[in-house]
Amino acid sequence: MKDFISHKVNTIPPSGIRQFFDLIATMEGVVSLGVGEPDFVTPWHIREAAVYAIERGYTSYTSNAGSPQLREAISKRLYYDYNLTYSQEDEILVTVGVSEALDLILRAIINPGDEIIIPEPCYVSYKSCTILAGGVPVIIPTMDTGFKVTPDQIETAISPKTKALLISYPSNPTGTALNRDELIGISKVIKKHNLLVISDEIYGLLTYDQPFTSIASLPGMRDRTILLDGFSKAYAMTGWRVGYAAGHKDIISAMCKIHQYSMLCASIVSQMAAVEALKNGKAQMEKMRDEYNRRRRLIVNGFNRIGLDCFMPEGAFYAFPSITSTGLSSEDFAEKLLFEEKVAVVPGNVFGDCGSGYIRCSYATSLENIEEALVRIQRFVGRGN
Amino acid sequence: MDTKDREILEILEKDAKIPLAKIALMIALDEEDVKSRVENLEKKEIILQYKTIIDWEKTDEEKVYAFIEVRVIPKKNTGFDAIAKRIYNFPEVHSMYLMAGDYDFAVVVEGKSMKELAYFVAEKLSPLPHIQSTGTHFLLKKYKLDGKIIEEETMDKRLAMTL
Ligand SMILES: Cc1ncc(COP(=O)(O)O)c(C=O)c1O
Repeated sequence: MKDFISHKVNTIPPSGIRQFFDLIATMEGVVSLGVGEPDFVTPWHIREAAVYAIERGYTSYTSNAGSPQLREAISKRLYYDYNLTYSQEDEILVTVGVSEALDLILRAIINPGDEIIIPEPCYVSYKSCTILAGGVPVIIPTMDTGFKVTPDQIETAISPKTKALLISYPSNPTGTALNRDELIGISKVIKKHNLLVISDEIYGLLTYDQPFTSIASLPGMRDRTILLDGFSKAYAMTGWRVGYAAGHKDIISAMCKIHQYSMLCASIVSQMAAVEALKNGKAQMEKMRDEYNRRRRLIVNGFNRIGLDCFMPEGAFYAFPSITSTGLSSEDFAEKLLFEEKVAVVPGNVFGDCGSGYIRCSYATSLENIEEALVRIQRFVGRGN
Repeated sequence: MDTKDREILEILEKDAKIPLAKIALMIALDEEDVKSRVENLEKKEIILQYKTIIDWEKTDEEKVYAFIEVRVIPKKNTGFDAIAKRIYNFPEVHSMYLMAGDYDFAVVVEGKSMKELAYFVAEKLSPLPHIQSTGTHFLLKKYKLDGKIIEEETMDKRLAMTL
């Protein structure tokens, strides 16, 4: 049957890590630091709002762009949090998670051969979605600049075919964030070369030390930025599949063209839950964030104590310690650790070649699990391999 | 009280046995600082007591609770507090609140049997001066206690690994 598969799909390499995942699923007693989603269940008031919506018979389609109530709530949130004004009429599109929004924006702007600049390590879908949309990913490795992309690196990566820069800070997998000044530096290059920025801000609300700055809020950047965000991480709503894009109306309308034929709309129940999250979810969201913050300090301290160098991540819920001191590759480390101590971590190179020598450890898990994992990792590292 | 104090209280409220060194790590303070903050919170009686939440149902110990609505005629000068004192000093009283609304005090009493509690209400509580009426409700099942859900479903439903 392979002959039937399109060339484009064939160019996407199979995910090597799948087998590793399947293996973990069959093992017992594993402590996992490999989970890229909150360990909290969606706050009760949000679940309750969804149950109530179902009870009242909200079971239909919504308008393609998303329910007016949700678009209004999103518009307000972007105004209150970032002082950004997006019209709920034509500048906000509700999607099935940031995942769909990402696919839409890439398909909406890419002509065959257009280049998208992607700093790595990064979330796994960026490169493949770019290729599937007919684009060419241009990778910037950031391991030598503290996992932060710099204006100079972007300048060097730009070619006449460059269409956009795709960034996500705080980052999955490194947890690094960019401050306002760093973003201003990047925005200057973007404006100079007349490019777009696709900004995946799904971890924006999970920023710990400094307030989060959206690149869209910088001078002259609003119309050049497609801001992607969702409910999965900050509100612990991964399974609801709801997110959004905000940007210039021409771009949002192009995205909506694809969305209306491929997805039609996001689930109405999830959209109603999302309205509740935005209206009444701040306090609980902040509680979860405070909890991640405490775990963050504990796990980073733990890695450094064990002798695995780990910088303090500024956002998301990942620590990204270096394992080069063990002499093992990321993959060998992860595999041996799983077999010998039953701790699951993700090899850093899954997020790009430059993630080699690191492992991604999620602290979206209980303090007890974090401490148990640290004890086991210490034993593993102490044995020498 | 600042945000660090609030964080300390939140952490201790969930786990009174947590070592101070760990709190220090979690909220980015030195252990000494956490220690003196905790001592201060104790001194100010913001931290009243370190307690354990016990599910007595799981033991063979007999415990019965009743929730009593109490209506009173307040005393002229000392008001509700003086009457409350005469009630809460009984060791049977587990907790007690002054309420706004239909009745004045909500009193939770603890005993070994319904009979014992009925005796307490009839013989100790109701005869007190200023008490107008009482309404006793026996507790059948505890669902949540001090913020802790008793039969909480804790299974992790996530996949063990996601990117
Ligand atoms: C950086 C990043 N973007 C997007 C997603 C997917 O988000 P959603 O659940 O909104 O599709 C994830 C999930 O892991 C992520 O880490």
